[in-house]
Amino acid sequence: MTDLALELRGLGRRYGERPALQDVTLKLEHGATLVVFGPNGAGKTTLLRVLAGLLRPHAGDVRVLGARLPDEGWRARGRVGLLTHEPLLYRELSARENLRFHARLHGVAPQRVDEVLEAVALRVRADDPIAELSRGMVQRAAVARAILHDPALLLLDEPLANLDPAAAAVLEPLIGRSSGRTRVVTSHDPAGGLAEGDVALGLRGGRVALLAPVAEIDERRVRELYA
Amino acid sequence: MRRAVGALLRKDLLVELRTKEAVPAMALFSISTFVVFHFGLDRSSLDGSLAAGVLWVTLLFAAVLGINRLFVAEVEQGGFDGFLLAPVDRTSLLVAKVLALLAFLVLVQLIAVPAFAFLLLGPSPWQALPELLAVLALADIGLAVIGTLVSAIAIRTRARDLIVPILLLPLLIPLVLAAAQATAPLLALDGAGPLPERWLAILAIYDGVFGLIAYAIFDFLLED
Repeated sequence: MTDLALELRGLGRRYGERPALQDVTLKLEHGATLVVFGPNGAGKTTLLRVLAGLLRPHAGDVRVLGARLPDEGWRARGRVGLLTHEPLLYRELSARENLRFHARLHGVAPQRVDEVLEAVALRVRADDPIAELSRGMVQRAAVARAILHDPALLLLDEPLANLDPAAAAVLEPLIGRSSGRTRVVTSHDPAGGLAEGDVALGLRGGRVALLAPVAEIDERRVRELYA
Repeated sequence: MRRAVGALLRKDLLVELRTKEAVPAMALFSISTFVVFHFGLDRSSLDGSLAAGVLWVTLLFAAVLGINRLFVAEVEQGGFDGFLLAPVDRTSLLVAKVLALLAFLVLVQLIAVPAFAFLLLGPSPWQALPELLAVLALADIGLAVIGTLVSAIAIRTRARDLIVPILLLPLLIPLVLAAAQATAPLLALDGAGPLPERWLAILAIYDGVFGLIAYAIFDFLLED
């Protein structure tokens, strides 16, 4: 049993013949935040989906919360919260109905649904269909879904996209640095991303181009990834 | 597993209640097809094996419409990802989808079978109603199990609307044949004959075999 939240050695993942991730090696301690930078198509979302157990790694050794993927993926399931560009919510159902559905799947008490709706400031519109909510509200509902089961590891793909500053402030204690959770966060904002993280990972063409504690790097090195 | 099946089934029924995508289309298709048969065959009433054939072919093609839509929300709205992140047995999705499709088929047949009796059937359907219900139930279970399996295979392909009928229809030929053979004597013009137990047994065996196949391979269909 490892005490690391994440342990990746030589992770590789392909889509057909095209490599999306190659030889990614890193470690992350419990409670720490890994912030992932890289241009579009660098492999950030693929990395999150592999860590969530939604994509099989094709090479290397991947351990998430002590579970080796994919064989022991069932041990990590239910302990990971994933927030992607897709909210993973049914458009015809309300936020409350979606959260009740996920609460049943995760074995979470129904009262928790009201708690998270309150926490993301969505109680007033909780009974409106997702299809009728603004993008920012949908994002807040998606955050509520991601934290509903109090996950040990949060995987956040540009979590503040579509959010105004007030909404971002509401969500900070839930998914931000002050949440105290182990997090992997993708970002295109060098300054904001570095302020969020403990360790920075830069991906380019699916390969590790930068991996260092944030205290040891500056914004310029992150910007070079996008050059 | 019961908790997960209950949650998934409840969600599917709620989504169908809101969207009304599958059941109304299937029911309307059935009635339209009966009307087409009515004029196409140029007969005001049918009985025996012809009536059974028309009924089952229509129900089969109506089922294809629902089967095509069965996993659409899971793919287009991220339902698969949400489900796969949860600490539940993956077989619960198979069971819930089979039950949802079964519910859709029963709802459609509550409309389609009386419509068939009204528009096309010569003899009264009441003369052997319990036997007819038994055939419908066994055939529906087979349709639901095989339909769910094929829909899960097809949903991740780009040509799912083509893949479903291409895969589904050959697999359902024995089931429709057995259902039609079991139904034919129940719709005889000179009074309902006894239920052919041999065909009923074939339906039950076919349901069982595909139930086991679906149980064995469904988990692998959810892998990326």
